[in-house]
Amino acid sequence: MGEIKLMKGNEVLAEAAIRCGCDGYFGYPITPQSEVMETLMVREPWKETGMVVLQAESEVASINMVYGAAATGKKVMTSSSSPGISLMAEGISYLAGAELPCLLVNVQRGGPGLGTIQPSQADYFQAVKGGGHGDYKLIVLAPSSVQEMNDFVDLGFELAFKYRNPAMILADGAIGQMMEKVELADYKPRWTKEEVAEKNGDWATTGKPASRKKNVITSLEMASNDMEVRNINLQAKYRKMEEEDVRYEAIQCDDAEFILVAFGTAARVCQKAVEVAREKGLKVGLLRPVTLFPFPKKIIKELARKTAGFLSVEMSAGQMVEDIKLAVYDAGSNARVDHFGRMGGIIPTPTEVVEALEDKFSWELSYGVKRSY
Amino acid sequence: MELKEVTKTEGTMDIQDILKPENLVYQKTKLLTDTPMHYCPGCSHGVVHKILAELIDEMGIQERSVGVAPVGCAVFAYNYIDIDWQEAAHGRAPAVATGIARVNPDAFVFTYQGDGDLASIGAAEIMHACNRGENILVVFINNGIYGMTGGQMAPTTLEGMVTATTPYGRNTDLNGYPMRITNLIAQLPGTSYVTRQAVHTAGGVRKCKRALKKAIQNVLDKKGTSFVEVVSTCNSGWKLSPVAANKWMEENMIPYYPLGDMKDSVKGEHSEN
Amino acid sequence: MARVIGAVVVDKEECKGCSVCVDACPHDVLALHFEVNSKGYHYSYMKSPEACVGCANCGVVCPDTCITVYRTKAS
Repeated sequence: MGEIKLMKGNEVLAEAAIRCGCDGYFGYPITPQSEVMETLMVREPWKETGMVVLQAESEVASINMVYGAAATGKKVMTSSSSPGISLMAEGISYLAGAELPCLLVNVQRGGPGLGTIQPSQADYFQAVKGGGHGDYKLIVLAPSSVQEMNDFVDLGFELAFKYRNPAMILADGAIGQMMEKVELADYKPRWTKEEVAEKNGDWATTGKPASRKKNVITSLEMASNDMEVRNINLQAKYRKMEEEDVRYEAIQCDDAEFILVAFGTAARVCQKAVEVAREKGLKVGLLRPVTLFPFPKKIIKELARKTAGFLSVEMSAGQMVEDIKLAVYDAGSNARVDHFGRMGGIIPTPTEVVEALEDKFSWELSYGVKRSY
Repeated sequence: MELKEVTKTEGTMDIQDILKPENLVYQKTKLLTDTPMHYCPGCSHGVVHKILAELIDEMGIQERSVGVAPVGCAVFAYNYIDIDWQEAAHGRAPAVATGIARVNPDAFVFTYQGDGDLASIGAAEIMHACNRGENILVVFINNGIYGMTGGQMAPTTLEGMVTATTPYGRNTDLNGYPMRITNLIAQLPGTSYVTRQAVHTAGGVRKCKRALKKAIQNVLDKKGTSFVEVVSTCNSGWKLSPVAANKWMEENMIPYYPLGDMKDSVKGEHSEN
Repeated sequence: MARVIGAVVVDKEECKGCSVCVDACPHDVLALHFEVNSKGYHYSYMKSPEACVGCANCGVVCPDTCITVYRTKAS
């Protein structure tokens, strides 16, 4: 059993980074995630593990510092919140294009524009569909507890290096700001120079020894044929992620006639909503995608064959609902997919969710569930 | 190597007696790759690439070197010098170099940037990298124009100078003034050695090489950021022959961007001028 | 007294005929050839080899690093 503490989600990110052998953090203050860098600066990990922490002049700079450091084969990360992630979009596209492993954290706040500092999930599209230019994907992990904020740092790095691809923890202001009991991981040493060379020496710019050709990190190809080959390889990598690294949690889905689909803070609300609904006699389950990309399509397809409807509960105008619809369509199912969301920094209540379910699926509830398989 | 054109020197010696390994005084450094450079004939980039490659070889730092290429004509710098390279987004090379240097304190990291990259889109990144005193070398090619995109106005374009986006000459009411960004950089306490050089003559190339050597040594000695501006030509963009471009540069660019050292100290100390 | 003499070898396929070396030569040794290489450039060559002192200015200024310079003393 690891060390147990009561901590804020943002503080845990910092602690987990130090403990998992992260080599560098580059960031810029923005509410509601500034505690990540503040915690790091108090902890002074450079004295303990040698991890570098640097406050950049902007998010534009911090993501490019991540690019430079990641390209040397080291474990580096940044964190920000929605408007800051928009500024990083260019750099994220370059990271994906140059296939650099790194960890990005978005502690989402309400938008668009300057928006609000309250929690939101309206950056789903930006995280899973791209956000920057070009056909690329991030590995997107959605924590719904402070414990997962801790666990996903190490997992994020593991997946990032497995695929040579940026991984993103898509949290929100609520998870970042709330305090919960967390079991911290044990310390892992940072990779030595030799370990970096062994693991990543075939691509990382560690300095060219006589024994190998020069390593060049770039996303540029002048010939469109070559650029298409790069794209084909990227897509093959994304398909592999979909094969091997989908993560989700299914709660009381086995007998469910209606499935709530929610991630992060909304999933916590929905867990309670399932209880409320079941007390009312409604057979409701919860599917919580943990990886938003790769999206848990397969389980949704399976559930679509024995379920009357899906309600996507999001702190947004409805973004993930589109991916659920695509999966249900792929399954050839008649299950209906609808959405309930609150925007602008508001977290829905469990009662609101159940009411929305009863409202949106009133036909099915009045006339009986039409099995769709 | 092609020898056919050289036959015989008149009188004294046969040419083949001169072309012997022991008489060799100048040859291509082995750190330059065999890839022919894509630059236009007479472009200053080739010269600066060459002296950088020579220095990395002579100073024995190939294994420690990581170059950061810009967006602009020098985007393919990584094809020419045989070291590890990263290609940065437009203007972001100083941030990329910061990331490399911070997690690899023993590396020799340099950026190679043009005037649009460094002084326009990347103005914030260069200022802050220099202000933090990152242990990096910045090579700044100032030819007063955007070369790769087809000869548009740069921050350093001279007043009245014709470019694709200032077809009637740079008008300061409309476009502001040519930016002497190196003078601003020299004011930042994070810098150690800040100088402006040119490579249009053999003497200039030799001087520039000495300046770059000092700049690299400062980085290796962790004295702070070293910044070397090279006033350069873009004969295609300027629509001049290479030789005429060199002359135009001497008559027009250098009076506005005078050559010489602006700061020679260690980080933490302010410039004297 | 021994006279310093030099010679240069231009890699004519690499030469882009920019003529910066021609301009840089203090002894008017170099010129652009009337023939062109496979890329279509009039390449640089030693028009007056006897005047070369091997100062290497041409090599130093060459942006394409296609000039190799030799120098010795004539007996």
